[in-house]
Amino acid sequence: MSQTDMAAPPCHPQDDLLRTDRIPHIWCSGCGIGIVFNSLITAIKKSGLNQDEVAVVSGIGCTGRMAGYIALDSFHTTHGRAIPFATGLKLARPQGQVIVASGDGDLLAIGGNHFIHAARRNLDLTVICVNNFNYGMTGGQLAPSTPFGAKTTTTPLGSPDEPFNFCALAAACGAVYVARWTALHIRRLTTSLVEAIHKKGFSFVEILAPCPTAFGRRNQIRKPVELLRMYHDRSVVKNGLDPNLAVIDFAGNLVVGKFVDRTRTTFLDNYGLVNRREAPDWLGLEHERLREEKARAGAGQ
Amino acid sequence: MASKAVLTGTHFMNGDDACCEGALAAGCRFFAGYPITPATEVAERMAKRLPDVGGIFIQMEDEIASMAAILGASWGGAKSMTSTSGPGFSLMMENIGLGLCTETPCVIANVQRAGPSTGLPTLVAQGDMMQARWGSHGHYEIIALAPSSPQEMFDFTVRAFNLAERFRLPVLIMADEVVGHMNERVVIPPAEEIKLIERKKPSQPPGPGYLPFHPEADGVAPMATFGMGYHMHVTGLTHDERGYPAMDAGSQAQMMERLMGKISRNRAEIDAWRAFGLEDASVVVVAYGISARSARGAVALARQEGLPVGLVKLDTVWPFPEEFIRGLAGQVKALIMPEINLGQMVLELERLAAGRCQVELVPHPGGAIISPTAVLECIRQTLKEAS
Repeated sequence: MSQTDMAAPPCHPQDDLLRTDRIPHIWCSGCGIGIVFNSLITAIKKSGLNQDEVAVVSGIGCTGRMAGYIALDSFHTTHGRAIPFATGLKLARPQGQVIVASGDGDLLAIGGNHFIHAARRNLDLTVICVNNFNYGMTGGQLAPSTPFGAKTTTTPLGSPDEPFNFCALAAACGAVYVARWTALHIRRLTTSLVEAIHKKGFSFVEILAPCPTAFGRRNQIRKPVELLRMYHDRSVVKNGLDPNLAVIDFAGNLVVGKFVDRTRTTFLDNYGLVNRREAPDWLGLEHERLREEKARAGAGQ
Repeated sequence: MASKAVLTGTHFMNGDDACCEGALAAGCRFFAGYPITPATEVAERMAKRLPDVGGIFIQMEDEIASMAAILGASWGGAKSMTSTSGPGFSLMMENIGLGLCTETPCVIANVQRAGPSTGLPTLVAQGDMMQARWGSHGHYEIIALAPSSPQEMFDFTVRAFNLAERFRLPVLIMADEVVGHMNERVVIPPAEEIKLIERKKPSQPPGPGYLPFHPEADGVAPMATFGMGYHMHVTGLTHDERGYPAMDAGSQAQMMERLMGKISRNRAEIDAWRAFGLEDASVVVVAYGISARSARGAVALARQEGLPVGLVKLDTVWPFPEEFIRGLAGQVKALIMPEINLGQMVLELERLAAGRCQVELVPHPGGAIISPTAVLECIRQTLKEAS
């Protein structure tokens, strides 16, 4: 049940999951977050989940405001801490579906430590990262995704930093589902989000999104359509590719696709196993003991 | 399950273990933490005990994550806690502020060690008392309790959960290394004798017009949690009673009035102290935590010498019992505070005495408890000067 006035006629197909009394939103014209937000709402509806059991958790930043516009249980936490907050929320109520939606700076700079450990533990979370290559809300500073040489307000002559490949990082840390799309790949993105929501374990979807206001205008891509055209012309879909090879090279190819879809037991599965004393014999001592017993039995004959 | 959670009986256990048992008896079913001396034993016992009572223990990657996780768990409907010491307490500060702003019940036990920085990890101090009050940015009210024995670690942890649930905020247990590590008798009552308070749930069904942060007459808003169908929004931004961000001075004033008022208007339920021998006292020792035991020894010795000395042991340290201390300051010649820092809570005494009586500090830089003789010497000296 949404808090919106149900008596008023809907004027947008997503009104039932929007806090319409908070519209207009804060996002700039030409921003990609709205596209991703629309795609996420579509995915939540398509997933067929009981909407009372879906929570959206975000950190701080432009993408972090998604939680404030979706008419579901939603939590706007501190900068970088959406994932550990979501960890507690999920573990206290395992029947709930917890979606983390935040930006690249929030999830992978200040929140990077939480990201890698949540993926390692394989917590059953869906993590959506809108990557706009900079800190948009504070006016366009260096992010862990800013391409080498790109200009931001804190790298006025170009970034000396090398960016992360978020998808490779997620996969290396143990994520069970990893995909990357641009804000132009709406159908594929929505499909990925549905898959990620249904996937048991740590799933990660990165979306390359335009930020003309803070990032584009300092990097000769002032018009939103110019960056979208760049996504259109340079993105290459390579499903199943090793995410280490899935580079984001604006001068060459922007590799997108579903890179990882695998199965691992989740933190809660393992917690249950261990506490039922059913965890595997990790040192192999049981095996060793049996072999020795066998050898002794053989020697005795 | 209840019998497993409440270890009714007489035990010989340390304060950290008693803290864990108090939490379980209070219904805590989620613990997120990070190892740190001298609080590690709380986490270790939780790791062993929680799975047996259907709870979750998780060791997080740091104290920032631990604090965030217990907030999340509280919104997931669980009673949750973490434990830490100085450096970890510093890391938790930002999310303690989130808990205060979003009115999230939870409990944090700080088993204090000497600082600043890494300091003396294995040795006692009471140096985080002002950090407990003011450590997170912005203005707020907080509740902090100061246990002085393993028995109080049990009792005060139960009370901390009750206060957290009652007033919807993070409640601090300001223990210390000696209280955490000393072994003493701890009596755990039968489950039915432990009075528990649960957070208020909204009586209004989900739907239009529901205001998740609208307080009732007592100043506290009922709390809907994840999955109850209310589809509420919770933010650390300044927000209105709908929970919506509201970026203006008026909304800030309204929110601050709610956060401050629910504490300031309910002091009768929060304040707690015990007074001994005030009737004929011209000097009163005011103490908390482990230093209250040094003070008790000193007052007993002074009384043997026939000195007119009383003792006030503060159980709730924040909010500070202003009215009571103000009254006391008008009746006596001097107040003395022993504390294992170089003067923190004594500033509260000075503020409230406002020159109407003498205020003396028995300081200690940390690493050892204050000896009763140091307090006794201060009592003698103060009485001599006052006569």
